Amino acid sequence: MNINLTIIGQSLTFIVFILFCMKYVWPALISVMEEREKKIADGLEKADMAEKDRELAKKEAAKQIKEAKEKAAEIIEQANKRATQIVEEAKETAVTEADRIKAAAQAEVERQVSHAREELRSKVAVLALSGAEKVLGESIDASSHNAMLDKLAAEL
Amino acid sequence: MASSEALTSTDYIQHHLQNMTYGKLPAGYIRYDGSVVEQDTWTMAHTSQEAKDMGFMAVHVDTIGWSIFVGLIFAFLFQRVAKKAHTGVPRGVQSFVELITSFVQNTVSELFHFNSRIVAPMALTVFCWVFLMNLMDLVPVDWLPQAAAIVSGDPHIYFKVVPTTDPNATMGMAFTVFAMMIFFSCREKGVIGFIKELTCHPFFAPKSKWYLNIVLIPINAVLETIALVAKPISLGLRLFGNMYAGEVIFILIAILFSVGLIFGLLGGVLQWAWAVFHILVITLQAFIFMVLTTVYMAMAFDSLDEH
Repeated sequence: MNINLTIIGQSLTFIVFILFCMKYVWPALISVMEEREKKIADGLEKADMAEKDRELAKKEAAKQIKEAKEKAAEIIEQANKRATQIVEEAKETAVTEADRIKAAAQAEVERQVSHAREELRSKVAVLALSGAEKVLGESIDASSHNAMLDKLAAEL
Repeated sequence: MASSEALTSTDYIQHHLQNMTYGKLPAGYIRYDGSVVEQDTWTMAHTSQEAKDMGFMAVHVDTIGWSIFVGLIFAFLFQRVAKKAHTGVPRGVQSFVELITSFVQNTVSELFHFNSRIVAPMALTVFCWVFLMNLMDLVPVDWLPQAAAIVSGDPHIYFKVVPTTDPNATMGMAFTVFAMMIFFSCREKGVIGFIKELTCHPFFAPKSKWYLNIVLIPINAVLETIALVAKPISLGLRLFGNMYAGEVIFILIAILFSVGLIFGLLGGVLQWAWAVFHILVITLQAFIFMVLTTVYMAMAFDSLDEH
């Protein structure tokens, strides 16, 4: 409990420790802590910005998807339209072709009919004559009955 | 103290409250064993009386030793961390050290609004150093003295392990703070400004009644000087008183161990309870010392003209 030189020793020790702390401990620690604080603040700010960017990108993406969907719908519609159109055209072509074939066939039939008729016509006189010859049993003078025969042939 | 001599409780307490003193004995002094010192001798004191008779020319080896030892622990730990500190995620010791540092920094920035390179490091030093010195109080009172007795081979050796229970330690720190107060006061306000602060405050007559100041200035000087001197004394004695009282109670509890099994058990429980309570006290005292140091520095930097 005596006051003695210890008091001076303690003061000097105290001053030495303060100076040591002031020179080697405090500035290093504080600078590191402040730097970290700044880093964290920057990081938070960046995170905020990234969040905003993400939000924007999300909106942009949604917009693009919507646009794409619309375009797709449009294309599908167009395709449908085109398909219908093609079918219609094909139908039309088919009908025309069918008509054409039908007409050609009819013409052919008619031609053949008229041909057959011509042939028939040319043969009818002979047939009639031979028939009549057989019926009458005698020859018929072709020239004398030619007028009648021609009339018959024309009726056919 | 398990000594062959029959120790009374009083002896036990007194023995525990005596520092290991190394000092100068004057020529012609009669020592404890009856021998006479022929010339001025620096030696270890063997009795309290010898320590007392050494006067001012003596050093408490245990106080200085332990305070430097715990101070070195603080300095080594913090310096190592400060050197290795990185701005990444702090782990382990680094986060512990940074926790203390930021706590001190927050406290200082609340109390001290001036630019100074020394005040914050001083607050950190005060807080950690005083805390570590106080912490020695939690070591059971007989362990270290007993160990010292075994190591030195002297069963009677004085060994007080808590530096803050020695008024020399606390007053030494308080007077250092006081010296810095005066130094910074003079640096910030000038010597004239500092003297003005001591003499023209709190009572000062306006110019029209200047003659009143002749009476007021001495009154101011007395009041302010007392207030100024009271600061370091209360600062040092507060810490000393708290720690000394705590130490004495630990010693009293330790006496119970020699009484008997039942009292010994009671002593164990009491010691544990008091130690738990003391954790609060030592932290609080370290914090108070730090806060008051910072406040006194703020007062030294603060010039009255700004009011």
